[in-house]
Amino acid sequence: MNIVEWSLLAGVLTATAPVLLAALGGLICQVAGVFNIALEGQLLWGAFTAVVVSDLTGSAWAGVLGAITATLLFAGLLSVASVSLRADPIVVAVGLNLLALGLTAFLMRQIFGVGGTYSSPDLAGLPTLAELGLDLPVVGPQSPLVPVALALVAAAAWWLGRTRSGLRVRAVGQHREAAEAVGLRVGGYQHGATLVAGGLCGLAGAQLALGNVTLFSEGMSAGRGWIAVVAVMLSGVRPGRLLLACLLFGVAEAIGFRLQGVGLPQQAADAAPYVITLVALVLAAVAGRKRRGNEGEAL
Amino acid sequence: MKVLSPSVVAVAGALALTTLVMLAVGVDPALAYPALVRGAVADGNLEYTIAAFVPTLGMALAFALPLRAGEFNLGGDGQLAAGGITAAAFALLVPLPPVLAVVVPLAAGTLAGGLVAALAAPLSTRLRIPAIVSTLLISAPAVSLASYLARFPLAEQGTGIAQTPRLPEHAHLPALTEAGYVTIGLPLIVLLTGLWLYADSRTVLGYEIRATGQNREFAWYGGVRVNRVAAYALAGGGGVAGLVGGLIVLGPPYRFVDGALTAPGYTFTAVAAVLLASARPVVVPVAVALLTFLQVGGQGMEREAGVPSQLTQIVQGLIIVIVAVLATVRARRGARA
Repeated sequence: MNIVEWSLLAGVLTATAPVLLAALGGLICQVAGVFNIALEGQLLWGAFTAVVVSDLTGSAWAGVLGAITATLLFAGLLSVASVSLRADPIVVAVGLNLLALGLTAFLMRQIFGVGGTYSSPDLAGLPTLAELGLDLPVVGPQSPLVPVALALVAAAAWWLGRTRSGLRVRAVGQHREAAEAVGLRVGGYQHGATLVAGGLCGLAGAQLALGNVTLFSEGMSAGRGWIAVVAVMLSGVRPGRLLLACLLFGVAEAIGFRLQGVGLPQQAADAAPYVITLVALVLAAVAGRKRRGNEGEAL
Repeated sequence: MKVLSPSVVAVAGALALTTLVMLAVGVDPALAYPALVRGAVADGNLEYTIAAFVPTLGMALAFALPLRAGEFNLGGDGQLAAGGITAAAFALLVPLPPVLAVVVPLAAGTLAGGLVAALAAPLSTRLRIPAIVSTLLISAPAVSLASYLARFPLAEQGTGIAQTPRLPEHAHLPALTEAGYVTIGLPLIVLLTGLWLYADSRTVLGYEIRATGQNREFAWYGGVRVNRVAAYALAGGGGVAGLVGGLIVLGPPYRFVDGALTAPGYTFTAVAAVLLASARPVVVPVAVALLTFLQVGGQGMEREAGVPSQLTQIVQGLIIVIVAVLATVRARRGARA
C-alpha cells in the first residue's frame, strides 16, 4: 500500500511540473499587467521544438535549450503584436495558439514524415535524478527539470517580493500610468515578462515531451496551457499559491490516470483535471465574492 | 472596397506568409495552389465544400453571437459534441413519426448545446470568470462525456468502432443532392444566419447585445439587463453549436462517430472567420466561405501535391494575428486623422 501511495506522489510531481512552469510564465505576465492566454500554444511549440532538437542532436539538454530559445522567439510574436503594436492580446493569443497547433502538425509531417505521434530511438529523453547520481527516496523517477521548476517558483517569489526590478514589474502591472510617471519603461517590462513566459513555456514543453514521456504527439499540450491560465487566476498572483493550484491539477491527473487502472473509463480520467480545475476556480471565485461582499457591508 | 480592405490585407498577408512557409519546406506553390483550388471545387469536390460550409457557418454564429455581447465562446467543440450525442440519443431511443423524427432530435441537440454554453454565463457575470476560460474548461469534459456515451451506453454492438448504430430512416435529414452530403441543413443555417443578421442590426435585443458588448457599464446605466443579455447570447451561441452537432449526426453517415464532429476543426475555422470579418456581421458568411474553401482545398492539396493539410490551420492562425494587428493600426490612424 505504501508503495502505491509513494508512486502516486511521483505521478503528481510529474503531472504538475509542465503546468507549473507554464503557469509561472503566466503569473509573471499577470504581474506585469499582460493577460497571457497564449501559454497553450507556446507549451505545444516548446514540446515540439524540444523533440526536434533532441532528435537532431541526440542530446536531451540541447533539446531543452532549443525549446527555450525557439519558444522565446515564438513569444516574441505575441510581444511585438500585443505590446508594441497594441493589438488585442486575447485575439492575438487565440491566433497564435491556432498557429502553434497547425505549425507543429505541419512541420512534424515535413521533418519526421509522420502524423499523429513521433517517437524514435534517436530521440533522447531527459535523464532521471537517480541516473544523475541523486537517488532521492519517495519522489520516484523525476527529471531534473522538476526540482528546477520548484526552485524557479521560489526564485520568482523572491524576485517579485524582494528585488528592485521585481517591485518595478509589479508597479507596471498595478498602475501603468503611475509607473510611467516615475519614469519606468512600461513597454520594456511587459516585453520582458512576455519573453520570460515564452522561455518558461519552452522549458515546460521540454519537460512534457522529454521528461514526462519521450515523444511528440499532435496537440500533446492537451489543455495544460489553459489550466496554467486558471492556476494564475487562482493564485492571486502569489507564487506559493500558484504551486498549490498546479499541485491540485497534478493530483487530479495522477488520480485520474490511476483510476483508469481500476476500470474507470478513460474519458472520465481525461475530464477529471478540467472538472477539478473548474470546481476550484468556481469555489475560489465564490469565496472572493463573499469576501468582497463582507467588506462592502463593513463600508 | 474600403470596407473590405483590412480583411483583404489580412488574407493577402496570410497567403504571402504561407507561400513563404511552402518555399521554406521545399513545396512548389505553383503546384500546391492549383491543387488547393481543384480540391475545393473540381471533380465533385464542390459538394464536400458546401457540406463543410454548413457546420462552419453554424459554428461562426455560435462564436459571433456571444462575441457581440463581449463573451468569447471558445467551447464550441463541447457544445457541438453535446448537441450531436443528444440528437443521436433522441433519434435512436425515442420512436417518432416522420418529420418529428428529425425535428425533435435537432431541438434536443440545440437545447443541449445551449445548456452547456449557458453554464459559462453565471460564471462570467456573477463570478467574473472570463468566458474564454470557462467555455474551454467546460468543453473538454463535454467532449469526453459525449465520447463515453458513444463508446459505451449508445455504442453499436459488435463492431468495436466508437460510434452509435445508424439512425432510423425517418431521422435522416432530407438530402438536396444525389450523394446526400448537402442536406436541408444548408437552407436552415443560411436562414438562421439571415435571422441573426437582421436581429443584430434591427431589433431591440440585437441592440442590447451590441451595447452590452461595447460597454457593459454604459449599457447597464442605459437600462439594459446586461447579465441576462450576456447569458442569452452565450446560450444562443451554444444552441446553434448544438444544432450543428445535430445536423452533422442526422446527415451522412447518419450516426454519431466519436471524434468526427470535432476532428475537422469547424470550431476554430469559424473563430478565424468571425475574427477575419472583424466586427462586420454581414462579412461573416463571406469569410466562412473563404476559409471553408481553404480548409477543404487543403485536403486536395495534401492528396495531389503532398502538402500536409495542416497548412490551412497555419493560414487561419496567421489571419487572426494579422487582423488583430491591423485593427489597432487602423484605430490609431483613425484617432490621429
